[in-house]
Amino acid sequence: MNFFWEARKVILLSVLIYLSVKAIFFFGYVSQYIEQITLYALIVILASLGLNVIYGYTGQFSLGHAAFYGIGAYVSAYLTKIFSIENIFAYIPILFISGAAAGLIGYLIGIPILRLRDDFLAIATLGFGTLVRVLLDNSDKFSEVFGGSRGFVGIPRLTTFELAFVIVIFLILITHNLIYSRYGLFWRCIKNDELASASIGINTFSMKLMAFTYGCFLAGIGGALYANLYTFLHPSNFDILKSIDFLIIVIVGGMGSIAGTIYAGLIWVGFIEGLRIVLPAEVVDLRWVFIPLLLIALMMWKPYGLMTKGRN
Amino acid sequence: MELLGYIFQQCINGLQLGAVYALIALGYTMVYGVLRLINFAHGDIFMLGAFIAYYLLSRFTLPIYVVFVLTMICTALAGYIIEKVAYKPLRNAPKISLLITAVGVSLFLEYFLSLKAVFTPNYIAFPRPFEVEAFDLSLFTITNVQLIIFSITGVSLGLLYLLVYKTKQGTAMRAVSYDKEIASLMGINIDATVSLTFIVGASLAGVGGILYGIAYPQINVFMGVMPGIKSFIAAVLGGIGIIHGAVLGGFIIGLSEVFVSAFLSSTFRDGVIFVILFLVLLLKPTGIFGKRIDKV
Repeated sequence: MNFFWEARKVILLSVLIYLSVKAIFFFGYVSQYIEQITLYALIVILASLGLNVIYGYTGQFSLGHAAFYGIGAYVSAYLTKIFSIENIFAYIPILFISGAAAGLIGYLIGIPILRLRDDFLAIATLGFGTLVRVLLDNSDKFSEVFGGSRGFVGIPRLTTFELAFVIVIFLILITHNLIYSRYGLFWRCIKNDELASASIGINTFSMKLMAFTYGCFLAGIGGALYANLYTFLHPSNFDILKSIDFLIIVIVGGMGSIAGTIYAGLIWVGFIEGLRIVLPAEVVDLRWVFIPLLLIALMMWKPYGLMTKGRN
Repeated sequence: MELLGYIFQQCINGLQLGAVYALIALGYTMVYGVLRLINFAHGDIFMLGAFIAYYLLSRFTLPIYVVFVLTMICTALAGYIIEKVAYKPLRNAPKISLLITAVGVSLFLEYFLSLKAVFTPNYIAFPRPFEVEAFDLSLFTITNVQLIIFSITGVSLGLLYLLVYKTKQGTAMRAVSYDKEIASLMGINIDATVSLTFIVGASLAGVGGILYGIAYPQINVFMGVMPGIKSFIAAVLGGIGIIHGAVLGGFIIGLSEVFVSAFLSSTFRDGVIFVILFLVLLLKPTGIFGKRIDKV
């Protein structure tokens, strides 16, 4: 109970946001498409928050975050399809199982690779991402249900706005509490100076592993919500470009800022999908020409993120 | 006997692929040596080399040796510009910023070139500059393409060795990779040395691009992604920053890729390379020839 009492401001605020968004939907000011995008933005925020825990708070650079998002998505799609789940209350445990599966794989893969630093960690996570992509592309060899490179079809649509909203707010609160707990302090310590952290008695390896596992868990839940929103999965949705998407959101929002990730997630999804409405399809295809330029420009002028205070 | 011949044949094919990987890996390992940066855009310079050669061969029908020289000049220029525009302003920035910039440069090159107005997102056939002939050596056959790849790779390696170990510029390069600050105190021009490293690395990648186009005559703007990553893995395998390590790593990666395709399944060949990477990083992170443990 204490948990909810301490978070009363956030909960009140989110109830207000919920009611106003619901009102907008109810009076039909926006199309079905915008509703879908709002849901998608929530999912992206959740997965980016996972990357922010790993990279922004703990300083472990990962280029394979989309792989964990994909693992969550495929696990949830598989379970909801074979048990043909239609009830939303039966879906919630599956959501957490998918998150836990992504977290477990993150834990197992983290044991070898989190010994590496900076750029070697980047190449190892990139490698893991490619490995997962290859496995998903060939997943029909393990079971026909997965569909391999043809894509996973016929997933029940279970993600509703209420469910996604409650789950995302709940996990944001949990993440916030974790960040300001003892463990979060250790994470931030490791980010600033790993050697100094070890010297004051922090078990840096297990703390890094914990942050990585938790970040992957969040990505897994995001992926599960995604799978049951769009009812179709394709391995190409979980490649390096997706990881770069999350990375951009974390950098734009500011490393080590939960509010920043939320704003950046909304802006990013709004920006990309907004472009799709305003501009013709040929121009939208240009976006991957400008996104890298944006990334380079950000690195030159604001390497710690747009919304954080400059730190030298 | 038949199996032995098959194995020999696969060895030749593996060495052919490995030679291209070795040429790309050299650029990675040299840049990593001087800047401690994984130059993600290096794989795209390799792709650029193949595309420039394609245009020179199909539009201007130049002789092949002119194509080699012009392509090397163009890719060297591209490497020089990328270094000056994207990496130099970040020389003193955090390592990860530099890495993210490199990823950005790589994505920009791929998607900019894939525009219909620039190149094309589709696969295009690489023209054959000469007829392919196969020589039957009882156990296995070897084509003139393979002989050309082996000899050009050999010559490039020889020239690179002369440059790095026998010239003043090479000494400067090694000094910068050992300690940048002390090297600049000794009067070495760091900027010029870094530029030279990029120029040499990019022109080797350009050569690799042409050879790849000749050997596997189908090119695409995303063709540099996987060879780029695999070559980097080759550089790590041989010991990053070590020239002969990159060459050995390239051949090992090429051979394992071909053998996995031949005896297991071609769908798993990318996976196996990453398994090799994980094993190297776990068992001997400094690579085969690496001795020095990096400072923390």
